[in-house]
Amino acid sequence: MSAPGRLVETLAAWLLGALWLLPLAYAVWTAFHPREYSARFVPTAPLTLLNFVEAWNAAPFARYLVNTVALVTIILAAQLVLCTLAAYAFARYEFVGRDVAFLLVLVQLMIMPDVLIVENYRTMNRLGLVDTIVAIGLPYMASAFGVFLLRQTFKTVPKELDEAARVEGAGALQTLWKVYVPLARPVYVAYALVSVSYHWNNFLWPLIVTNSVTSRPLTVGLQVFSSTDQGVDWSIITAATLLTSAPLLGAFLLFQRQFVQSFMRAGIR
Amino acid sequence: MMNRNVTGWLLLLPAAVLLVTFTHYPALGTLYHSLFSTPKAGRAAVWVGLDNYQAMVADPVFWQSLKNNLLFALGTIPTSIALALAMALLVNGKLRGRAFLRLSYFTPTILPMIAVANIWLFFYTPGYGLLEQVTSLFGLPTHNWLGSRDTALACLIVVTIWKEAGFFMIFYLAALQSIAPVLGEAASIEGAGRWYFFRRVTFPLLMPTTLFVLVNAVINSFRLVDHIVVMTRGGPDNASQLLLYYIYDVGFKFWDTAYAAALTMVLLVILAAFALGQFVLLDRRVHYR
Repeated sequence: MSAPGRLVETLAAWLLGALWLLPLAYAVWTAFHPREYSARFVPTAPLTLLNFVEAWNAAPFARYLVNTVALVTIILAAQLVLCTLAAYAFARYEFVGRDVAFLLVLVQLMIMPDVLIVENYRTMNRLGLVDTIVAIGLPYMASAFGVFLLRQTFKTVPKELDEAARVEGAGALQTLWKVYVPLARPVYVAYALVSVSYHWNNFLWPLIVTNSVTSRPLTVGLQVFSSTDQGVDWSIITAATLLTSAPLLGAFLLFQRQFVQSFMRAGIR
Repeated sequence: MMNRNVTGWLLLLPAAVLLVTFTHYPALGTLYHSLFSTPKAGRAAVWVGLDNYQAMVADPVFWQSLKNNLLFALGTIPTSIALALAMALLVNGKLRGRAFLRLSYFTPTILPMIAVANIWLFFYTPGYGLLEQVTSLFGLPTHNWLGSRDTALACLIVVTIWKEAGFFMIFYLAALQSIAPVLGEAASIEGAGRWYFFRRVTFPLLMPTTLFVLVNAVINSFRLVDHIVVMTRGGPDNASQLLLYYIYDVGFKFWDTAYAAALTMVLLVILAAFALGQFVLLDRRVHYR
């Protein structure tokens, strides 16, 4: 490539990068400076953590954090078990109605729980589960995406390994646990990262199905906080915003490669 | 063999129960409840046939939200895909600060949409936010970006593109890395220009990725309305109303669940039609790899 061409490309890449970082940098500036400087960019402005302290004290963020951690853990645990069992059935058993059942599973890839809010709320109401963490998680536990991903992976496991385990007297679950699960480990890691990111950030359904501090996750807590309590104190709102994203963002910055590769792996079908 | 049938279904059962309860049953329930009236205090739901749908056809807000949703899809999808591809091509080459750039493109993916919306809300604040500070440097008059009918939807489109492009980028990046370098070398020996190479080799090879990303982008444009809750609440004057947000409004603010069910049917039909179209038309082309 010619030298000027390369220069133009580098400039374009950096311009785009700057544009992409700008809103975030702006939020960081506002959150770490006193109110007077929230939209004034003076290099000598003093740094402060007071906005974070104020935000943390103004709403039960500790409780929201506990709720979110519980939520993503429950969902992931259920997804791993349910999707593993179902994926194994689809990959290695020829049962009556398998292909129809698989098509019915795939329906969820298009019609996700996110759009069935009215009916799912009705169901949760009938089950008496409104305003619980379980209610936020239930619609997502049987994940079509997880079943699909694991089925593809299990299909690549040599049948001989399966048969060898059977010859040694292992049952279906034992074979699954001893042979398939260890071989699919990278896929599990990828799926787990995608799932945790998705549910840490999920908002509309939790907003609908929760109505108290005891079950609200961070995202809903942030919305309640910034829309009612604070008026327009941007320093505190941006501090709260960064606070709610910080754990996931921190994990991402620490394990960048792992994250990016997980999202890639999850996308390639 | 009987035994394998039983084991297969037993393995599938737990997932199947939840899937039926929270995907298939509510999808059918939506249709069922859309044919009844909304139960009110002391009055049970009664069969009303297509009344809810008639009300929908006569409802200007419904048409507005549908139109907005199409504009939103047209505004977000092509641009974010094009940007994602450009980003991937840029950071796939040898470039100063490549790792850092990848990181900055991808970071919005990790943030909750709700947090993103808060940040951008501040960004758009009239007279005070960063956008206004920049426009005032050029001597432009102050403008209420989110509070004006003409710009509210466009503002949401920009936020969505910012959030999604980096996510789509990584799929292109993965695909680009699987293209054999030999192809590029052969092309340059033959004297093919870079643009020609991209048009005739790279882009066609990326087709499966483009389709995958396209499907995701379409679903997202009908599924993701978190930012509307924070930034505009569908306003002003329904100018940024999207279909799912309208369903949320009708179902959980006015508690008109029957009408919300009718509106949900429209959304389900759109998604199903898209799924079917993808299945019939596009699937064939993806399988050449």
